[in-house]
Amino acid sequence: MSVHITSPDFKANARKALADAPLQQALAKVGPGFIGKRAAAADKLPEFKALRDSARDIKNHTLAHLDLYLERFETKARAAGGHVHFAVDAAQARDIVLDICRQLGAKTVTKGKSMISEEIALNDHLEANGIEPVETDLGEYLIQIRGEGPSHIIAPAIHLNKEQVEADFRRVHADLPPERNLSEPTALLAEARGKLRERFLAADVGITGANFLVAETGTSIIVTNEGNGDLTQTLPKAHIVLASLEKLVPTLEDVSQLLRVLARSATGQEMSVYTTFSTGPRRADDLDGPGEYHVVILDNGRSGMLAGQFREMLRCIRCGACMNHCPVYHAVGGHAYGWVYPGPMGAVLTPSLIGIEKGRNLPNASTFCGRCEQVCPVRIPLPKLMRNWREKEFERHLTPATQRYGLAFWAFFARRGWLYRPATRAAMAVLALAGKARGRFSKLPLAGGWTQYREFPAPEGGTFQAQWAARTSAQKSAR
Amino acid sequence: MSMREQSPVSVGLFVTCLVDTMRPSVGFAAVRLLEAAGCAVSVPRQTCCGQPAFNSGDRATTRALAEQMITAFETFDYVVAPSGSCAGMIKTHYPELFVGEPDWMPRVERFCAKVFELVSFLADVRGVTHVAAAYEGTVTYHDSCSGLRELGIQAQPRQLLASVAGLTLAEMPDSDVCCGFGGTFCVKYPDVSNAIVEKKAANIVASGADTLLAGDLGCLMNMAGKLQREGRSIRVRHVAEVLAGIGDTPPIGQPRPSAAGLGEAGQGRKP
Repeated sequence: MSVHITSPDFKANARKALADAPLQQALAKVGPGFIGKRAAAADKLPEFKALRDSARDIKNHTLAHLDLYLERFETKARAAGGHVHFAVDAAQARDIVLDICRQLGAKTVTKGKSMISEEIALNDHLEANGIEPVETDLGEYLIQIRGEGPSHIIAPAIHLNKEQVEADFRRVHADLPPERNLSEPTALLAEARGKLRERFLAADVGITGANFLVAETGTSIIVTNEGNGDLTQTLPKAHIVLASLEKLVPTLEDVSQLLRVLARSATGQEMSVYTTFSTGPRRADDLDGPGEYHVVILDNGRSGMLAGQFREMLRCIRCGACMNHCPVYHAVGGHAYGWVYPGPMGAVLTPSLIGIEKGRNLPNASTFCGRCEQVCPVRIPLPKLMRNWREKEFERHLTPATQRYGLAFWAFFARRGWLYRPATRAAMAVLALAGKARGRFSKLPLAGGWTQYREFPAPEGGTFQAQWAARTSAQKSAR
Repeated sequence: MSMREQSPVSVGLFVTCLVDTMRPSVGFAAVRLLEAAGCAVSVPRQTCCGQPAFNSGDRATTRALAEQMITAFETFDYVVAPSGSCAGMIKTHYPELFVGEPDWMPRVERFCAKVFELVSFLADVRGVTHVAAAYEGTVTYHDSCSGLRELGIQAQPRQLLASVAGLTLAEMPDSDVCCGFGGTFCVKYPDVSNAIVEKKAANIVASGADTLLAGDLGCLMNMAGKLQREGRSIRVRHVAEVLAGIGDTPPIGQPRPSAAGLGEAGQGRKP
């Protein structure tokens, strides 16, 4: 897995994605797969809208007192026998994890799904240091054996088709009989399960992400549908939780509210199949559990977001509803976004984490259709935040020159009505005349972006304002 | 047409820059509908609401255009635009431009409260339930994003279209999904925009309608342009044209009948 940043090449990535037939086939299932299920789950719950308000308020409250809740979490987790580590950036987080693994002499590390692990490129770091990471979430396992990054925050291999998975399994699981039947998804699942079972038992350390960290109890929580997270975290000698600091919530009561919107927004389930609470390592009278429990809390630029205009992004609970409803995501998929977080949430978060210079394409590649904000369970105003990035980009003169000059040219006239009216009138007269015969243009100077794919309609001729002025003066003289 | 009995309310018509320059007949359709709903329509001198600058991150230009707009229109009882996108820009976003300015804010808020998109103004404010228009054909209606999500325009156009004599409404799949226009998006990311409008065009065709209607000229030009590039014969019009019964203007992207012979020959691109 690699987290090489290709966000600056979004346009080229998008073109490639649009021409990728198997990808387009896989993407065609994203909308139908998620949208209807979320809508049905939301409609069944009369208080869903109120729950979203409540979820937003819980996260806002937590962010307003984040220092307090971080300290509280640390105290409680330590009291339960756990270790809490704060990592300022990705490099520090990687080193903390590596140190823990080394102290335990770890050779194999199993991993539950963690976007923070992707963000800090943990697998590369572990491999470079002689430790083998094994992804145990089926989707993560698939992209690991393909050497890819996730294309969706909750369905990392959504860009793949069954046939591709079968081919990968035949390539990677070379010890299994080649004549085995893998045509059914259940066969693929059973094979992955068999392969992973060996790895669960061999692992020295288990690493998971966290959907929530609960301040009042020092508990980390993961939600999964495969049960792999439980095996990852209970079987090895140590369980390491990777979480970013906005995962904090004050109480278990708050978590129970957030869980009610999370799965419904994500997959349309009322609850995910497994919701696992972990507090500290195995106690003396516990039947199982890890000997050590570590929580690595990553900042990586987020505390800077707290003070600025992107603070609301820290409410995100990573349900993926924004990308599931995004026409741009549906068209190009997650890899085109060029880093770890795709879709509308990625378009806001990515520039915060890797810088607007590298991330500028992402908040621009949106039609502002507003569907993401409409479904966000914590009511993040995603289009507004994307627009805020465009403002930062404009202020810092990062907008491409052609767009900037074009905008300035247009603005010069729009701010001067006395010039705008004759200028538009003259321009439209020329265009109307040129397009009179066909009523439209297939090619037009300076409009290549448009006419490459569409006809451009010819104007009717004469502006409305000019015609209206003529009409009213004719009416006056008639009186 | 149901009409209130009070003295006419004054409406400042903000035609929007696209209608002003590309398709004035939508402006005249709006005037006809507003007058029939008992409004005294004026057209103050105007340019643009500032949305292109706003969505390009240029706050200074947006702010200047917003002031220009407010100054030109604030004396009317209502300000009406035949566009959910432009009306949404003013109504939901202008206040953001004046945050922390107590001398402007109350004025901006008073102004925004009287700004409406045309069809929702007719239905929700003027109580119009029927229009005196006829249209022979099956139409499908695209919900433009800003009007739908910022202003809640969904039932109103369908309700008024239902009163048009001879008209049948055939819904397309995903009528509430973006057409891929997105203002400058369509030329900044033409490949992505094209992928989105291709899906939209397929849905329009799947409806079986012979006419596509919507309330925003930008979206309409995008969809018309795509349908015509694909060689489709579906007629594309602004919903106000049909509601006002203005049928003498050719559909978007079609030549006037007198010149039609020349034009139709040149576009033989049927799939």
